[in-house]
Amino acid sequence: MADFLMPILGADMTAGTLIAWRKQPGDRVSRGDVIAEVETEKGLIDVEVFASGVLERILVAPGATVPTGAVLAIIREDAPAPAIVTAPPPVPAAPSLPAPSAAPVAPPGVRGRVSPLARKLAAQLGIDPATVRGTGVGGAVTREDVERAGAARVSPPAAPPARPGIDPARMRQTIAAAMTRAKREIPHYYLAHTIDMHRAMTWLGEENARRPVTDRLLYGVLLIKAVALGLREVPELNARWRGDHVEASAAVHVGVAISLRGGGLVAPALHDADRQPLGDLMRAFRDLTQRARTGGLRSSELSDPTITVTSLGERGIESVFGIVYPPQVAIVGFGAILTRPWVIDGAIGPRPVVTATLSADHRVSDGHRGGLLLAAVERLLQSPEAL
Amino acid sequence: MTREEVRATVLHVLGDIAPEADLATLQPGVPFRDQLDLDSMDLLNVVVGLHAALGVDIPETDYPRLATLDACVEYIATRRKP
Repeated sequence: MADFLMPILGADMTAGTLIAWRKQPGDRVSRGDVIAEVETEKGLIDVEVFASGVLERILVAPGATVPTGAVLAIIREDAPAPAIVTAPPPVPAAPSLPAPSAAPVAPPGVRGRVSPLARKLAAQLGIDPATVRGTGVGGAVTREDVERAGAARVSPPAAPPARPGIDPARMRQTIAAAMTRAKREIPHYYLAHTIDMHRAMTWLGEENARRPVTDRLLYGVLLIKAVALGLREVPELNARWRGDHVEASAAVHVGVAISLRGGGLVAPALHDADRQPLGDLMRAFRDLTQRARTGGLRSSELSDPTITVTSLGERGIESVFGIVYPPQVAIVGFGAILTRPWVIDGAIGPRPVVTATLSADHRVSDGHRGGLLLAAVERLLQSPEAL
Repeated sequence: MTREEVRATVLHVLGDIAPEADLATLQPGVPFRDQLDLDSMDLLNVVVGLHAALGVDIPETDYPRLATLDACVEYIATRRKP
């Protein structure tokens, strides 16, 4: 038997609402199938199953909101296997934010222990501490618990939803919680490097002239591929922080920051970005952008990123210094491609250049290693045909 | 195909890409990018959508000529002439 759980789809997701079941008891399911639809701060998400077998029993009815890690259904597996992973590895919470299922947790309202700081914060946020699930010693409510309760609190939408299932106010709170945690816990260092894009843009122009309209590439996909390949040389930046140690990832799943019109953003994964040919990567990127904006992201896309790439060049911004999205340990940013005076063979001439930046977790890597990644990205972009 | 029909097709394509936009108030001479907050991916999808709806093959070098509704209609009307 395997448990099908409410997944953790972001560093600060605490609960989700089951919207619909795509399979019914008795139906066969295969690893990777979408079997449920869940509403989260990031909108409606298609949740995949991580075991193959028969859907034995459904435990949570549509409409119910349950915490992450709660069992939604039971899968009767095809063959017993030792130590089967039945859910995506939970995004590890930092020491101060244990995963909800990691320790026995007292239900709300049955304990009176609230830390003074938590009580003060709860009063500021207008939250009754007795309704907050405590994860501290003996089920005590900590400041972090109150913060999470504040972030998870459903607010009335302030504006029409940017896309189906998205509540902009709730998404804002989620981003606020994740970024506050990142700034509090991750000692960032920042690097910037300006890269000559002449070869890459010349090659791209020629390549797109050959490609039919539907297969054309955006330069962004060259940048993503260059980062993905560069990470093979500096693998410690393609990793997750597991509370007290780092765990490098063999697969390179690049989270691409996609802004939603009207505010908010998501950074779902382009899986195995280092291994996909540019045409495939572009198709995946288009599809992912479309679904990020109109609904239909899959749970693995939100839980899998091992690094983030953000590009803020659309409006001519020259450089962006990102904030690392926990539990990742690095984010690479690109500004606009701008024509600038550049020295070529001792003479100054106009050249399209882009500023690449790296923000990274100093617990995991040092500036020198980070610099090697940006140097690799620069080198790879000088041979665009090999990307 | 009349210019009005081309215009309606362009608006239809835009509606698919930015369903939340109020296209009734779209100013025909102001870039889509500025009015609708479209990015490169959206603009690529506009070109793909026009290709699917009208069969026009638009080279990448002509993308800057599709920035506004008026420019788009003018460009397509010209391209479609035999």
